[in-house]
Amino acid sequence: MYVIVVGGGKVGYYLTKTLVNEGYEVFLIEKNPAKVHVCRERFGAIVMQGDGAEVATLAAAGAGRADVVIAVTGDDEDNLVICQMARERFGVRRTIARVNNPKNEELFRKLGIDVTVSHTNVILSIIEQQIPERPFVHLLALRHADLAIVEAKVAPDSPVIDQPIWQLQLPPEVIITAILRRGELIIPTGQTVIEPGDELIIVTKQRREAELRELITGPAL
Amino acid sequence: MRIVIVGCGRVGSRVAAELASEGHQVSVVDQRQEAFRRLPERFPGQLVLGTGIDEDVLRSAGIESADVFIAVTEDDNTNIMAAQIAQVIYRVPKVILRIYDPERAEVYRRLGLTVICPTRTVADLIGEHVREGRPLGVSG
Repeated sequence: MYVIVVGGGKVGYYLTKTLVNEGYEVFLIEKNPAKVHVCRERFGAIVMQGDGAEVATLAAAGAGRADVVIAVTGDDEDNLVICQMARERFGVRRTIARVNNPKNEELFRKLGIDVTVSHTNVILSIIEQQIPERPFVHLLALRHADLAIVEAKVAPDSPVIDQPIWQLQLPPEVIITAILRRGELIIPTGQTVIEPGDELIIVTKQRREAELRELITGPAL
Repeated sequence: MRIVIVGCGRVGSRVAAELASEGHQVSVVDQRQEAFRRLPERFPGQLVLGTGIDEDVLRSAGIESADVFIAVTEDDNTNIMAAQIAQVIYRVPKVILRIYDPERAEVYRRLGLTVICPTRTVADLIGEHVREGRPLGVSG
């Protein structure tokens, strides 16, 4: 598998190092000569100075036979164009872009970038998982299926308490798949009654999340 | 028409001034305050300070109701991203952008954007003039 990494800052440097150690064939493109120098000292001939959005640079890096192009510069507009040029000009099947502004994730997806990585959103989701008081936590989003797995903690004043699941007005395309109750895992049926303190693991279509949140935590204040 | 122009350089400021003087509703986006000095005094349009690839900035420039979107910053990739935001997210009917790099210009033209590549245009004009003595036909 041949991977081209564009951007030799900290992310690109450690990504290249990791990929090389994992046994991938890697090539690194960096614009800034000073950074190229640092990367060459570590990686040798697989580092090239150039603008990864330029056809000549991508061609010299062998983009025509690349399986993946990963753009991890500090500028979203550059990462977008690098991925699009790799796909449109060289037929690279898989493109991955680092997204510095989390608002750009959706745009990049609409523009055909396969995977976006936003460190801002990654850190946010880690924080959400670490803070137990939050009633509604995003565990995982499966982007292509428009699916999310969320964890909802049932507060003492939640409107769903003491009701069996079949009676809940759950939105369509939502299913409660598991309940964590006093450290025990319950696979619920329609008859299972929700108790305060329950942690519900729910699979939901992403567009249903807002309704679901309101059902479990009550209307937003 | 409602027109949003990203980039208030020599080209952007000139296009903005001309279209505004013809009575169009123009807003100009640039991330450097000094850039707006290129506009004529009593420029009737709206000035928006910020980057043209930020949707919040573009919304305050009125992209949601724009008829025409023009991206002419000095940076090809900024123009490409701004133009695609206008085309894909806000469905602006007419999107025009400048790309200096002819290879990139070709790719995005194929993807349906209206691309002006001054490098190519100027090179062609000079070539024609040298080869065929064709008058340059460039005024001012």
